[in-house]
Amino acid sequence: MSNLAPIVIQGGTVIDAATDREGLFDILVQDGRVAAIEKPGVLQSHATAEKIDAKGQWVIPGCIDLHVHLREPGEEWKETIQTGAEAAVLGGFTSICCMPNTKPANDSAEVTRFILEKAKAAGAARVLPIGAISMGRKGQQLAPYSELAKAGCVAFSDDGDPVADAGLMRRALEWCLMLGLPLSCHEEDRSLSCGGCMNESPLSLRLGLNGFPGIAEDVMIARDIELARFTKGRVHICHVSTARGIELIRRAKNDGINITCEVAPHHLVLDETSVSSYDTNYKMMPPLKPCEDIEGLFKGIEDGTVDAIASDHAPHDLDSKLVEFSRATVGILGLQTSLPLFVELCSQGKVSRRRMVELLCYGPARSFGLSSGTLRVGSEADITVLDPKRRWRFAVEQVRSKSKNSPFLGRELMGLATHVLVAGRRVVRDGKLAAEQTEQQDIRG
Amino acid sequence: MVDHLLGIEGLSKNEINRYLDAAHSFVEVSERDIKKVPTLRGKTIVNIFFEPSTRTLASFDIAGKRLSADTINVSAGSSSVKKGETLLDTVRTLESMNPDILVIRHSESGAAHFVARHLHRASVVNAGDGAHEHPTQALLDLLTLRQHFAKSKRSIEGLRVGFIGDVRHSRVARSNIWAHLALGNEVRLVGPPTLVPSEMSAVFGGGSVHVVHNILEGLRDLDVVVCLRMQLERQDQHFIPSLDEYSKEYCVSEKLLERYAPASVVLHPGPINRGTEISGEVADGPRSLIRQQVNNGVAVRMAVLYLLARSAQSHEEIIK
Repeated sequence: MSNLAPIVIQGGTVIDAATDREGLFDILVQDGRVAAIEKPGVLQSHATAEKIDAKGQWVIPGCIDLHVHLREPGEEWKETIQTGAEAAVLGGFTSICCMPNTKPANDSAEVTRFILEKAKAAGAARVLPIGAISMGRKGQQLAPYSELAKAGCVAFSDDGDPVADAGLMRRALEWCLMLGLPLSCHEEDRSLSCGGCMNESPLSLRLGLNGFPGIAEDVMIARDIELARFTKGRVHICHVSTARGIELIRRAKNDGINITCEVAPHHLVLDETSVSSYDTNYKMMPPLKPCEDIEGLFKGIEDGTVDAIASDHAPHDLDSKLVEFSRATVGILGLQTSLPLFVELCSQGKVSRRRMVELLCYGPARSFGLSSGTLRVGSEADITVLDPKRRWRFAVEQVRSKSKNSPFLGRELMGLATHVLVAGRRVVRDGKLAAEQTEQQDIRG
Repeated sequence: MVDHLLGIEGLSKNEINRYLDAAHSFVEVSERDIKKVPTLRGKTIVNIFFEPSTRTLASFDIAGKRLSADTINVSAGSSSVKKGETLLDTVRTLESMNPDILVIRHSESGAAHFVARHLHRASVVNAGDGAHEHPTQALLDLLTLRQHFAKSKRSIEGLRVGFIGDVRHSRVARSNIWAHLALGNEVRLVGPPTLVPSEMSAVFGGGSVHVVHNILEGLRDLDVVVCLRMQLERQDQHFIPSLDEYSKEYCVSEKLLERYAPASVVLHPGPINRGTEISGEVADGPRSLIRQQVNNGVAVRMAVLYLLARSAQSHEEIIK
């Protein structure tokens, strides 16, 4: 890292929830770390430093997404670690945690190491693997947590498939106590969700689609709260989508239970009426909800019950979406739209700017016990410079992911990550991948 | 720009009546010695059925033939669907044969809408999609009622109509409810909470749709009783304890009708489970309109095919 030239990020508004900083500051980055954070003008002496003009922009810790699907190994036509890591930095994310529902599942050190090697070669965002809770994610036998942790896993999850066996969940929580790592839980009681493909409501009855009732999520959240209370283990609840779920977590936190949770942007900005035309781009898991639930999610964001925003980035090829609604795959791209959707919520006054940064940076870091997500002198220089006023169209050419399944395609978005640093290295420059810009310069040169 | 018939939801009273008026005139065609008119000569109709069906498929086929159209029936069992082809590919293949109308029956809700969105030239007729809609069944039920009430010089507006049974899974009920709401009728949904959840009323905007779990209350003073088919598989899905238990509570019998809805007529979309949702005595008795329903199937489908083809033609003429 020492061969990197120092960088000064000038004139931007630095926002960092962890250090409670919000105001005009310049940041000096040296040797991959934050070397200084000073009032404007103080860092003038560094004439040799590369300058990033951040005037009118926000300078925030590199964002962290606790919940993405990179599809590699096994479904490389949907996404690869390379394209996912690139989409991440273009969307302002310097760290992404990838779920283990690959083929094979990430239930061994070999798969974890494979992911980390691919991620290193990609040279974009940091990729932090999440190991499986059970072997093959089948819910029958515990995965080798210690081996996975040593290989680099930061949490465990059977995401996509809930852990139905409460006894297995209990032992998993107990084992992970000694590792200090959380279990990230996809909450769904399959005997209640019964293959439902949209929220159960008058609308599902009208459309004749099988409903997935909110209670299917709530009863599993309640179960895992009690297991966390009993074992003192670390539980992180994935993509909470119900008002009742938020209320359960709020009470658990008040009881002092070691629990955190995340909410997905699409559950905040879209509601269940989007599926009225049977458009499979709006088919998610958990399904989109009615306004009452969305209000509950916002309340949780406001009062601190929600710790993190996580995109549940789920690339799917067109073929698996261009079918009957009930047979379509579930999920939506998220890495390049999370940040803009939140900037829009900020501009609408639905979330404060400070809280948004907390939910995208320090909150997720704290949830998984990561040291990143903050800007202090000495911390690794993962930094996102964000132009909150930039309007841009999310066109197909803009989508870095291999898949294009997003209902936001073609929509004008607000807010763009203009410059992104990972460990002091510039990976995004003027909203474009730095690696590609250098290549082009090479060709021209 | 082509017209489709994907559902009754959203149709106005006038639009519904236009179909019924046309059907009325086609009833007469089916009673002639030579049951054929040249109206759709040169038109091609594809009936693609991804779900087994006897009466609906047969009546669409006959309807097309009596209008002199060329019809072809494709059933999922014998088609490439079994070889793993997607719905979209199957339909695109059929579209390459340039049909004017594609009639589709499918087990998944929204399938007809999906097909309509991805077809460019053919009109799509929904012949039943999952638990969503079955518009031609609703139209033939209305035609049957219109004929019946005409005898006593009554219209089919201002009626009290009850649907008894598995409303949750019934596309027939949904299409009929929208139709009766358009006509300003009062609708009662009768059945156990597992099959007729109380939110069902909100689905149709509350107002004149009422959910009643008690069958005695539910039948009281109905003009029209629509019995819905109860399927054995609902038992495995825990919607009912058993067919026996269901029928003890909800089987529509002559004794009940005599007492609570003595003036009522009875409809059933078929196929009937005698003794489960309806007693044989009712199905075969004087208040049953079930036979007329079947008879009207062809006329209603002729009307739908005719009106869609005509609207496509008038669009073409506008372009010329």
